Order: sequence, then structure tokens, then C-alpha cells
Amino acid sequence: MGRKEKPEKSTVMQVDAEETDDITPPVVVVLPGEAVQLPSNVSTVVRLGPGLRQDADGVAVTKAGVLRQTAQGDKVWVEGNQRRYVPQLNESVLGVVTAKLGENYRVDIGGPHPASLGVLAFEGATKRNRPNLEIGSLVFARVSLANKDMEPELDCINPTNGKADGFGEVKGGFMFKCSLGLSRSLLDPSNPFLQHLGNICPFETAVGMNGRVWLRSDKAKQTILIMQALLESETIPYNKARAHIKKFKTELGEK
Amino acid sequence: MSGEQFLSTSERTFVVNALREGIRVDGRGAYEFRGLSIELGGGGFGSAEVLLGKTRVLANVSAEVVRPTANSAEGFVLFNTSFSPMASPAFEAGRLTEEEVLVSRMLEKAVRRSRAIDTEGLCIVAGEKVWSIRVDIHVLDHEGNILDCACIAAISALLHFRRPDVTVEGDQVTIHPMDERNPIPLSIHHIPICISFGFFDKGERVVVDPTHLEEQVQDGDFIVVVNTHRELCTMSKAGGAGLDVARIVQCTEVAAAKAAEVTELIRGALTKSNEIKK
Repeated sequence: MGRKEKPEKSTVMQVDAEETDDITPPVVVVLPGEAVQLPSNVSTVVRLGPGLRQDADGVAVTKAGVLRQTAQGDKVWVEGNQRRYVPQLNESVLGVVTAKLGENYRVDIGGPHPASLGVLAFEGATKRNRPNLEIGSLVFARVSLANKDMEPELDCINPTNGKADGFGEVKGGFMFKCSLGLSRSLLDPSNPFLQHLGNICPFETAVGMNGRVWLRSDKAKQTILIMQALLESETIPYNKARAHIKKFKTELGEK
Repeated sequence: MSGEQFLSTSERTFVVNALREGIRVDGRGAYEFRGLSIELGGGGFGSAEVLLGKTRVLANVSAEVVRPTANSAEGFVLFNTSFSPMASPAFEAGRLTEEEVLVSRMLEKAVRRSRAIDTEGLCIVAGEKVWSIRVDIHVLDHEGNILDCACIAAISALLHFRRPDVTVEGDQVTIHPMDERNPIPLSIHHIPICISFGFFDKGERVVVDPTHLEEQVQDGDFIVVVNTHRELCTMSKAGGAGLDVARIVQCTEVAAAKAAEVTELIRGALTKSNEIKK
């Protein structure tokens, strides 16, 4: 990346499904109401992800998209593009603190319900040593509880090691909203747009799966240009990424 | 429930700081409108879908014959707005938001009370039968500045509208179906165009056509309704930061120039839809 490389928060936490797997080649498009045949080479337990629902003995589709599964076949989910966010366990999200209620912060993550973030759900937080979040602060957090029709819960620590791992308050910068498809593709490790942009000018970013992207760079103008480049990248295939980013090069490189 | 989307401090300060450097978050100039597209006749006569940036408003005009208020020889023009919850999470079905009231009030002032439509021409039999023109405004997508978008949609739909022809013989009133006699356009005196401004830094900085984000951050707004003949129809300054006279004059000048551009676009869309009909 650029001359002073900054850690990219986006790469810190991935939705666990996307880290390891290769997607099996044939693309299956599914529509709501369809019954899905689960992979036959199934181990023992298959976990259903977003867009699927257990319906008696079978599995039914609840939203339109492409059916995906892990190589092992132990996780199956539907990937589509939409704007409405429905919280799912373990997804990283960007939220705005809207209220402070005793032991909890109320956080707007763009879902149907506001989420709650425990005061103690931060690295090194104790009853005495609490994080100090103002109303209107931006937080990058992980969804730690997401049940249907229930208020989701967030935390700002990696449950495996108790470290912050990039979660927590994000200060300054700018946050913009995009489709859920775009935020997912920005989290894809093979996404070339962030790489190319990083080669031109240094910036920090945090991508929430709830269709929110936070950016910080040296100048407001650069931040705006990066935002435009990323928003336009939604409809551009990966192999045209270099040409697309090149258009922004002269303006972005200005000191 | 989530209601109005809560804005973070980061976004707020970024918008204001960027404006101080002379740039807007969507890369526009301070006096630049977003892209405007007007589609007419998608749903027959008197239907207009207007896209201002990502704000989308659909207007539909319909007419019916009603009895006027005591011995009046004037028809009615009514506005009906509906802000669908699909457009923004801030809108709830069946509940009137402050913004909705403001938009419908401003539309009334801009189009009806500026006498843009000849209401006397809507009379069929004085004191007995008049046309009542109803304009339904549907906000389909909210990305800021609904008012300007709705006003353009309403006036384009009214210009595109045709009402059935009527003949009066003695007491006998005949309404001719559209396939029997050519329907008649409304007589419209002028085309009022609504231009909204947003103010930042206590009135120091002005932008035209604010986006939803800018609307949430701005210190105040200022709305000018003007037509292509540079006739001022309405001005509205409801609360917010104070403005000096020079600013107001400057805004009005800008609004007049923008109104002329928008009117050209509306006329272009009208000729295009007329050509398709032939």
C-alpha cells in the first residue's frame, strides 16, 4: 500500500464464512419460497445462514439471491443485494450511539431494531474503567446476539482472545451508506479497488456489513473522491478496477 | 423503532468542514443542482415521475366533476401527499410528519395560490358543476430536497394532464369520453419552480438543492418559488439561522436562473412525450 501504510480495519474481522472457502462453481439462483436440497456430502450439522429457514424437514429460501456454501458443506446461505439490513451473528457493523442507558449504549445499526452495546463489552473495560462514548459517536462492533424479533446485541471485543482487534470507537473521518452487496464486496479479500486506491493515497477504512463504510484520510477532498470511487465500483467488474481507479489518480494524488 | 436516522458527530463535522473548504460531500458545486430527469405519461395523461439525484417523486393528476361552494364559478385544485415508508425509514404509514405538512403547504402556496392554474376555466355551470383537479404526490425515494422534486413533478404532471371535453346545452351537460373528442389541456398561466437553499455556519455558506445529509446538518433553509419570467411567487424562511438582505437577493437571483433551466427541461420532456403520442 501507500507510503505510510495504515492498518485497514476491514481486514481485521471477516465474517467467518468468507475466510476459508471456495465457492463451488455452478451458480444457483434461488427465489423466496423455493425448497433447497442440502449438500449430500454433509458432515453432521449444517448451519443455515441469512436467507434460509428450516421448514419442517426441508429448508426454504426466504430471499432472492445466489445460493452459496462452504467447501465442507457445513454452512449454507443466500447472497443477494439489498439495502435493508437484518443483523446476523458475528457480522461486523458500524453504528451510531443514540443513547446511554445505565449499563448499555443504544446503537443505531440501520436494522429494524436498535442494538444494545454493553458498557463492559470493550477490551479492558471494568466497572471502574468504562469506555466514554458520547451520543453521536461512531462504533465499529460485532453482532454478538441476533435473534429474530429481538433486539440485537453488540460487543467490541474479539470473543476468541478478548482483544479489541480493531473494534471500538472510530473517530473523525466520514461515514457513507451503500448497498449491502457493495459492503460485502469491499470485505472480499480479493477486492482490488481498495488496494489500488491505497496505492495512490493512504487512508483508513472500516466496512460494516450493514451497508456503512467509514473512511478517514488527510483531506476532506480525498475522502470524498475515495467515497465516489468506491460507490461507483459496485457496478464495475474486478478486472476493470485499475482503469476505474486511474480516473481518480490525478485528483487524489494532489497535495 | 428506528424512526429518523441518527446522524453521527463525525458526519456532521465532516459535512461542515468540507463546506468550509468549498466542497460538498457529493462533489457538487454550491450552486449546482443534482441530475434531473422527468418522465411523463408513464401512467397515462397527467402522470410524471421526477428523479432529482436519487430522490424520486411520482405525481398523478385526476379530475372529477363536483358541486362548487356557494355560487362560485371557480374549480378546485387539491394536493394530496403520501410519503411512503419505502422512501425512508423516517416515514411511517398513516402518520403525518412535519416535513410532509411543510411540503404539501408549500406546494399549495407555490402552485395554487400563485394562480398558476386558471381555476375559472374549470367551471362547467356556475354554482352547479365545476372540475376538481386532484394532484397526488407520492414520494418513492428520499435522498433530500423532496420539496423541489415534488414541485417539479406536480407542475409537469399538471402540464401533461388532459381533461375530458364537456359541452353544455341548456341544462344538459355532456362529458365526452376521450376517444370521442380530443381531451383538453388545463390552462396554465405560468410555471412556478421551487428552489431550496440550505445554510451552514450561521448563514455564511449557502448550497442549493441540499441532499438528505446536508438537510440534517444545515442551520436553516430558505425556499424561493419563482417562474421563468423572473416573477417571485413565494418565499419561505421558517426558522433557522438569520439571513441578511444581500444573501436573500443573491439567492433569489440564483433561484431565477435555476428556474429557467428547470423550465427548459420540463418543456423538453413535454415535447418529447407529445412526439411519442403522435
